Amino acid sequence: MENEVLLRMTGICKQFPGVKALQNVEFTLRRGEIHALMGENGAGKSTLIKVLTGVYPKDAGKIILDGKEIAIHSPSQAQNQGISTVYQEITLCPNLTVAENIYIGRDKTAIVPWKKFNHDADELLKSLSIPARAKQLLGSCSLAVQQMVAIARAVDMQCKVLILDEPTSSLDDHEVEMLFSLMRRLKQEGVGIIFVTHFLDQVYAVSDRITVLRNGELVGEYKTENLPMLDLVSKMMGKELENLSNISVGHDKRATVERPAFYQAEDLASKETNPFSFHADEGEVTGFTGLLGSGRSECVRAIFGADKVSGGKVRVHGKSVKITRPKQAMKNGIGYLPEDRKRDGIIADLSVRDNIILASQVMQGFFKPYSRAEAEAFADEYIKALQIKTASQDTPVGSLSGGNQQKVILARWLLTHPQYLILDEPTRGIDIGTKTEIQRLVLKLAEEGMTVTFISSEIEEMLRTCSRLIVMRDKHVVGELTGEQLNQSEIMRTIAGGEEQ
Amino acid sequence: MKKQSEAQGYSFFQKHSQLLIPVTILALLLLFNLLRDSSYFNIAIRFNNDNNPVLAGNLISTIVDASELVILSIGMTLVTAACGGQDISVGALGTIAATMFAKVLYLFDEIGVAQILVALLATCGVTVLFSLFNGTLVAVFKIQPMIATLILFTCGRSIAYWIGQIANLFIPENPITPIIGTVIPGFPVPTPVLIVAVVGILFALVFKFTNLRLYTQTVGINQGAARLNGINCVAIKLISFAILGVCCAIAGVINVCRIGGKVTYNSLMVDFEMKAILAVAIGGNSLGGGKFRIIGSVLGAYAYCLLFNTLIAMKVPSTHITAYQAVVIFLLVIFSSDQVKETIAKFWKTWIVGKFRSKTTGTDISSGKEA
Repeated sequence: MENEVLLRMTGICKQFPGVKALQNVEFTLRRGEIHALMGENGAGKSTLIKVLTGVYPKDAGKIILDGKEIAIHSPSQAQNQGISTVYQEITLCPNLTVAENIYIGRDKTAIVPWKKFNHDADELLKSLSIPARAKQLLGSCSLAVQQMVAIARAVDMQCKVLILDEPTSSLDDHEVEMLFSLMRRLKQEGVGIIFVTHFLDQVYAVSDRITVLRNGELVGEYKTENLPMLDLVSKMMGKELENLSNISVGHDKRATVERPAFYQAEDLASKETNPFSFHADEGEVTGFTGLLGSGRSECVRAIFGADKVSGGKVRVHGKSVKITRPKQAMKNGIGYLPEDRKRDGIIADLSVRDNIILASQVMQGFFKPYSRAEAEAFADEYIKALQIKTASQDTPVGSLSGGNQQKVILARWLLTHPQYLILDEPTRGIDIGTKTEIQRLVLKLAEEGMTVTFISSEIEEMLRTCSRLIVMRDKHVVGELTGEQLNQSEIMRTIAGGEEQ
Repeated sequence: MKKQSEAQGYSFFQKHSQLLIPVTILALLLLFNLLRDSSYFNIAIRFNNDNNPVLAGNLISTIVDASELVILSIGMTLVTAACGGQDISVGALGTIAATMFAKVLYLFDEIGVAQILVALLATCGVTVLFSLFNGTLVAVFKIQPMIATLILFTCGRSIAYWIGQIANLFIPENPITPIIGTVIPGFPVPTPVLIVAVVGILFALVFKFTNLRLYTQTVGINQGAARLNGINCVAIKLISFAILGVCCAIAGVINVCRIGGKVTYNSLMVDFEMKAILAVAIGGNSLGGGKFRIIGSVLGAYAYCLLFNTLIAMKVPSTHITAYQAVVIFLLVIFSSDQVKETIAKFWKTWIVGKFRSKTTGTDISSGKEA
């Protein structure tokens, strides 16, 4: 059973203006297998998935499902063929019930037998051990459960191929484990699962096989147990990876040097967070850590004046200042890369150039626009410096891959030459190569004297980059770790036992 | 090398595709008129009642007729871009402007250029205040633009009547306003066209020397991000409404000067709100806000007026004109929809460009389907 081929994609080609997104890619999925699709940003993972689900028409190649060649022109057609996708963002309706979400749009009769559906839905949820009730509003479930409901919908539609596109990026560890047990269960029932993720640990926890793409080309297909993590990373990046831990050597030495404080806050509070005190020294990399929802993002938003500030004293360079709006923070030399780049960061329809110069232009003032030549020079400089992959400066930033969008926003803030840069999840949803680049950049900037605050869901990344960590739980600061204390278990202990401190 | 040329073609298309629709419509209408009756394009110098030379001809009268609409469509484009909605009170506000202008002129015994300027400034002040009322509803109270401006749309002409206090609006006898409505003695280019040119140059300067375009587009596309980049979204929206207020004042003044005689409040600037919205749409601007091209809206306004005047020239009965307009607008909307655009683009790429490439270079990358 394990070797029975369910889906075979051969010779898949897809071209966008100026970019060859997929070149002759092969992909094979067997029955009852969890197959991880890996690659850096822009490697072609999303494009391959979109070709498979009919979002993009393919330029060349064949898709063979169950031994028959199929032509897919739309996502609904893909669904009817048994190919279902569950996306990173929940695509269900939160204001409908769970049962309604599972059955909506599938019944062709005029009168819908909701009683039967509610009953069936409860059975289905129970059989998959999903902790939700049919009549519950979907919006009242946690994100993980919502995602599992989406999977249940797919399962009930007799899907043979289930595509999970970054399903875990907004889940905590416990929820991820729940999702994994559901995946393993479906695998036993013979469903082929394509798992797209950036989390390497999760790939090793759950997948059977790994297919690696790079620059739109197939690198290879491997059995998970035969491919050590370091090999996987180097295959994704296309080069032998230096030991990642090497890059953090710099900051331990510097940690002992006394430096003047750049930013000090006393009992700073906003609508979203409880009063907290915080200081960041020149050339220091600080970090806010804690579980999702612990208030770490809310803290930096308060520092930048992104949320309504409700109290507290703030000093920059020892001088008392008022920061209640982003513009004031910017005037004081603070830059802020927001957590949600789609919602708060990019101006999707505007060109890469306009996106890069935006913050700097705002600081320059309404009546002092950069000339076209200046703007082009700035954009060129940062596209080169950060190696942003874009067809041209005029390309709308929305059409770039996630990692490149993130680099554009980073460029935007670097162009303002901030003295203090706040980076909230700069590496989320970004491939390992860009991740390392960004970490290196952070340390380099700090070495040059810039004050940096860094937030990441990945503790390892925080440990590599930060020399002081503020630990948060339930919107309170529960601890501050430096030097020797900077290790994973100490952080865990602080988060867990924060109440005593 | 091919990749490079393709990348450039992509960005060129990206930059100018928006103007494709208004330019095509204008070209088709002009071509139609050329085939129908080439005398449409005749331009002659005639002398008007005051014996001043004036350019005359169908094309000229079309351009003159479009003046108010062109000015309004510029303001409407900005409001649309910043707020993602339309102001439907511009016709009513234009009427208020015309009334205010006349009312101020009644205060003077003698009317010269200075008095006209005072009246114009007062008119601008009033319309900007009304427009800021709209803007506040939209920017501060977050009411949908069309609903917010429905208030002024409903009561605007009554306010005009209240300001005027007379049944029919009439500008006092004076030597200047007829000049605004027709021509400057000795200079045959109609004054409304000159005013449009001046307004156009002013806007070009504003866009060159301020960040209005960047800010407006940013606010229109992603307000949250705009705020986090230090842009004051409320201020930008208010500015767009204030500019539209000024546009209403100028358009209203031109309109009442062109009419020159008695006019009722209910027959001034009728349907201009819808025409202006249509001009913005013909110009290829998204009515949902965000990116915009002023030149598109301007071409759209001219295209609309050219259509109207062509129908008049064809002696279509005035009661039927709207039906013909509707047909043209229907075609326009269909052809500018994304669905049709994509189909055309695909057709273009696989059949025209593809064939051409394979003939000239022997290799073919864009028509993988045929391979």
